[in-house]
Amino acid sequence: MYPSSFEYYRAESVREAAKLLKQHPGAKLLAGGHSIIPLLKLRQTEVSALIDIGRIADLRAINGGMIGACCTYAQVAAAGGLPAALTEAASHVGDPAVRARGTIGGGVAHADPASDLPTVLLALNAKFHISKGRTARVVPAIKFFTGLYETALKEGELLVAIEVDAEARGTGSAYAKLENPASRYAMVGAAASVTIVNGVCTDASVAVGGLTTHAWRSKRVAGALLETTLDADSISKASKRIVKELPDDLLGDMHASADYRRAMSQVFVERAVTAAAARAKK
Amino acid sequence: MTHTISLTVNGKAHCSVVEPRLLLVHYLRDVLGLTGTNIGCDTSQCGSCTVHLDGEAVKACTVLAVQADGATIKTIEGMASPTSLHPLQEAFREEHGLQCGYCTPGMIMAADALLRHNHKPSEAQIRQGLEGNMCRCTGYQNIVKAVQNAALKMA
Amino acid sequence: MAKTVGTSVKRVEDPRFLRGQGTYTANLQLPGMTHLAVKRSPHAHAIIKRIDATRALALPGVLGVFTGKDLIEGGCGPLPVGWSVPNQKTPERHALMPDRVRHVGDGVAAVVAESSYIARDALDLIDVEYETLPVVTDARKAAAPGAPLVHQAIANNISYEWELGDKQACADGLAEAHIVVEQELINSRLVPNAIEPRACVAQWNAPDDQMTIWTTSQNPHPIRVLLSAFTLKIPEHKLRVIAPDVGGGFGSKIFHYPEEVIVPWVSRKINRPVKWVSTRSEAFITDSHGRDHVTVAKMGFKRDGTITALQVTTWANQGAYLSTFASLIPTILYLGCISGMYKVKGIFGHVFATFTNTVPVDAVRGAGRPEAAYLVERMIDIGARRLKKDPWEVRHKNFIPASEFPYQTPVAFNYDSGDYHAICDKVATLADLKGMRERQAEARKAGRLVGIGFSTAIEISGYGPSKVVTSIGSALGMWESAALRVYPTGKVTLFTGSHSHGQGHETTFAQIAADELGIAVSDIEVVHGDTGRVQQGVGTFGSRSGTVGGTAVVKAAAKVREKMRRIAAHQLEAAEEDVVFDQSNGTAYVKGSPDKAKTFFDMAFSTFTANHLPAGMEPGLEEQAFFDPTGLTAPNSAHIAQVEVDPATGEVQIQRYVAVDDVGNVINPMIVEGQLLGGIVHGVGQALLECARYDSNGQLLSGSMMDYAMPRSNLMPMIETGRTVTPAPSNPLGVKGAGEMGTIASTPAICNAVMDALQIDHLDMPLTAERIWQAMQ
Repeated sequence: MYPSSFEYYRAESVREAAKLLKQHPGAKLLAGGHSIIPLLKLRQTEVSALIDIGRIADLRAINGGMIGACCTYAQVAAAGGLPAALTEAASHVGDPAVRARGTIGGGVAHADPASDLPTVLLALNAKFHISKGRTARVVPAIKFFTGLYETALKEGELLVAIEVDAEARGTGSAYAKLENPASRYAMVGAAASVTIVNGVCTDASVAVGGLTTHAWRSKRVAGALLETTLDADSISKASKRIVKELPDDLLGDMHASADYRRAMSQVFVERAVTAAAARAKK
Repeated sequence: MTHTISLTVNGKAHCSVVEPRLLLVHYLRDVLGLTGTNIGCDTSQCGSCTVHLDGEAVKACTVLAVQADGATIKTIEGMASPTSLHPLQEAFREEHGLQCGYCTPGMIMAADALLRHNHKPSEAQIRQGLEGNMCRCTGYQNIVKAVQNAALKMA
Repeated sequence: MAKTVGTSVKRVEDPRFLRGQGTYTANLQLPGMTHLAVKRSPHAHAIIKRIDATRALALPGVLGVFTGKDLIEGGCGPLPVGWSVPNQKTPERHALMPDRVRHVGDGVAAVVAESSYIARDALDLIDVEYETLPVVTDARKAAAPGAPLVHQAIANNISYEWELGDKQACADGLAEAHIVVEQELINSRLVPNAIEPRACVAQWNAPDDQMTIWTTSQNPHPIRVLLSAFTLKIPEHKLRVIAPDVGGGFGSKIFHYPEEVIVPWVSRKINRPVKWVSTRSEAFITDSHGRDHVTVAKMGFKRDGTITALQVTTWANQGAYLSTFASLIPTILYLGCISGMYKVKGIFGHVFATFTNTVPVDAVRGAGRPEAAYLVERMIDIGARRLKKDPWEVRHKNFIPASEFPYQTPVAFNYDSGDYHAICDKVATLADLKGMRERQAEARKAGRLVGIGFSTAIEISGYGPSKVVTSIGSALGMWESAALRVYPTGKVTLFTGSHSHGQGHETTFAQIAADELGIAVSDIEVVHGDTGRVQQGVGTFGSRSGTVGGTAVVKAAAKVREKMRRIAAHQLEAAEEDVVFDQSNGTAYVKGSPDKAKTFFDMAFSTFTANHLPAGMEPGLEEQAFFDPTGLTAPNSAHIAQVEVDPATGEVQIQRYVAVDDVGNVINPMIVEGQLLGGIVHGVGQALLECARYDSNGQLLSGSMMDYAMPRSNLMPMIETGRTVTPAPSNPLGVKGAGEMGTIASTPAICNAVMDALQIDHLDMPLTAERIWQAMQ
């Protein structure tokens, strides 16, 4: 409940944040603080300095599909024009008070394997806009999440925005999760995005979370959905594929064993795809 | 290194020198003496420390005091007037929505934010809306009734 | 003045809580306050080789670091145990362990500093060298040959064995049975998790040799006795213990904890006020846990469903040491309740209480009685299933008939009153059981896993009588005390030794006094939780406040009335026997002449002017009473739960919960209902969510609210409640106790409903989605 000492710097711009990061090796970024402050309170992590990027106006706005990294979950949940899976997942992170402070960028940069948004952003093929001050780069979701609490972000870089495509008519997405009864993090989270043209699925993307070290994309389920009408039977058949497709080594704990999570991956993929298909058909 | 922060708490301006690591909830309780905001856990789960920061309910244990620089904060002490209770406070009393009283300040601050976003919440919406606030005494039932009651009062 | 007892008077204490002005211990700020933190063992079992505080002491702001040796050399005694059963082995436990630690969280050193942050920083700078030892965490494995010994001198880790019932009658009953069901049941370990973490503040006043301690306790008077006689050894008249507003207890704040010794000791040492506030992480590894039984049970049935016998063998986990009332829980409170609401001749139980490298286990809401109800109610359902009989009918068949009260069970207790058929009929009507069953049948036809579960449960409550409890192990009598101070203007302060940590004494005790004296609730202030203000007390646990503490108020009020009546007689120049005290309006008058009454004010004021009192009567009006009950009470209940299991995931949804409870007469229906609702959800938490798990190294895996699941606001639908009343004959209020009944009954109701949904005999708690899903595979 009592963090150890650290220095605190407040950046007024992305450039200043990058500069501060360079000046203070070992410093961490602070957005809403809902990943880092809990760790600091328990002294599970220590930092020499925090660089507060939470007030940078550019990072706090949603423009079309471009979501500033410091937008809160509540902001994302309430925003119009974003894919349904994203608003759905954002509205189920933690609880209202957590959503009022926790940020999308902070959450994905922390890359907890059980968090909701990485799974959704992977399914939506989101693009991660990264800055180092003067230079910038864009990383696709599939390359952004690299491991347990690990991302493509390098020393001195900061995530400035996450870009998702607006859902065109015929496209639908959804997120479904099996919650940890204590923390409400996902023991299994599944996100799906499907597109239907002339009654047939022409594009599908499916990702799961809570199962592996980081958000994981299912190619086989997505592949099996293509060319189907996304009726209950084909969704059910396609969803079964994830069970064998998942790697051998899955996460497990006292709340849900690896075996159970594997079995549940099918259930929640099916639920997510079913809901996504219903939205696509609307 | 310490920082100077200025903020408004329950309508009163404060200026304080704080360590960066000081949590907002400790600032409110130990520096300002506003002990109505309680601490019930250390993992941002229980909601006992819920306050309003610029109008939104937040967990004051998961905000640094330096992050609240320039902010407007409202705590449980800012809810009632000296002579009369806020409708939510009245409703909690009428419906017996509190027993030991420890979770109550956070619960009321969370409920107030809930009602501001949704004037007429259903039972399910109230139950979902308060899931970040734990109570061990009441079983939540009378808290839900209190929020329903307050919604009518505030309509 | 209309009677207030039996009405839902709004709570007197609420405004301060609602305004954020509760006086919780952690809120206390004293000039010169220092802050204490405890260095705790990260190992479940280890020898302390060396403690080096050099680096911590060098940290600016650190005022001192103290170890177990310092406390012992400084005069502190080991923590006493307040209950002892025959042949109980009680190991020595110190506030800070001097040479060996036996569970993760055992304290090894304390640091005191100018701020809580510095104190926490200093903990990381205390270097402790340990030699780790083998660990045992499971109660049954601890008793097995070759298990690591938690205390070298205690063979097989057994603290005590305890038996109750008639072995032969039980054997005969099993022999007579047509079927005998046998089941192993694990009653999971609970972490109490009152939302207010424990805290302690102490202030040493050197000139007066006076120590004041504020602590999160349910019973400050016994804590003062233990501090004075055993641990801190400050004379009782120089020691004031205050339990101000306490944010929930659920049993966990009954006990005498190490910090209550360390904090005042350090305050005296540094001559400054000291504050310690537990973090939630510390609470998980230091607050006494609950339950944790492994049980093998046999229940015999005749073909018609008559229960012929119950045989129970239980391994009860006591943790690393005996907590203050540890041996009360798995003995009389547990085995004493395994007759349930049923007439069963052959009952026998045997308990092995074992030490393990875990947090000490003691009372948590219900304490022994939930373990009994869970056992009995699960066994009946398993038996009914085997017999292909309706579990509701099997219960009905075996109830103790209303005509047989008071009923002596074969396991010590004598049930005071009840009408078990009536309570069951009432809950069945309230729930529309017939309709529920029909809808269940339809749902099941459609492939939905809908289950209906019943539980009926008794609680034995209202402890003492002191002679009884001391004869079975208590070191303290279990009476209660009340005093009424009537001021010259007729206003009253009521001092009670009972303590409210959510129960609402400031309202209900005022209601009792108001009715007894014929004055308004608003004319009475209730004071509790302060040994410096309240004469004597025992405290609040085991749902005893109303029965014992409430009755003490009744008795004290009778003394006030009597003195007032004598004053009135004197002033009205009438014979004392001709004057009556009218409780409806607080007046006294000559029988038949209420128009010439002395008012409450008149009589109170006369005791102040003291110029018109009967010869020899002392001035002033302050009366005190102690009540030691003559018998126990048996609150009872019948609950029905309906659940639906998601066949794909195993998740349980509670669809309905209907509860009828008989807690005797009711002082404040709103408050009683609140107690029952909260209790029910607590018990549902155990059925579905709560479980403290240790790994093989003795690390608590569920050591935070991120990992220990508890009920949240979205767990339950609206609970439907009803009440039957059979007044308790052993106290004038006729009350039985309402604090724990809900918890005791709800755990088995939910478990039985889930088993009904799954159509299987048994699954252990908590009924997690995975456990249920596995059972469906």
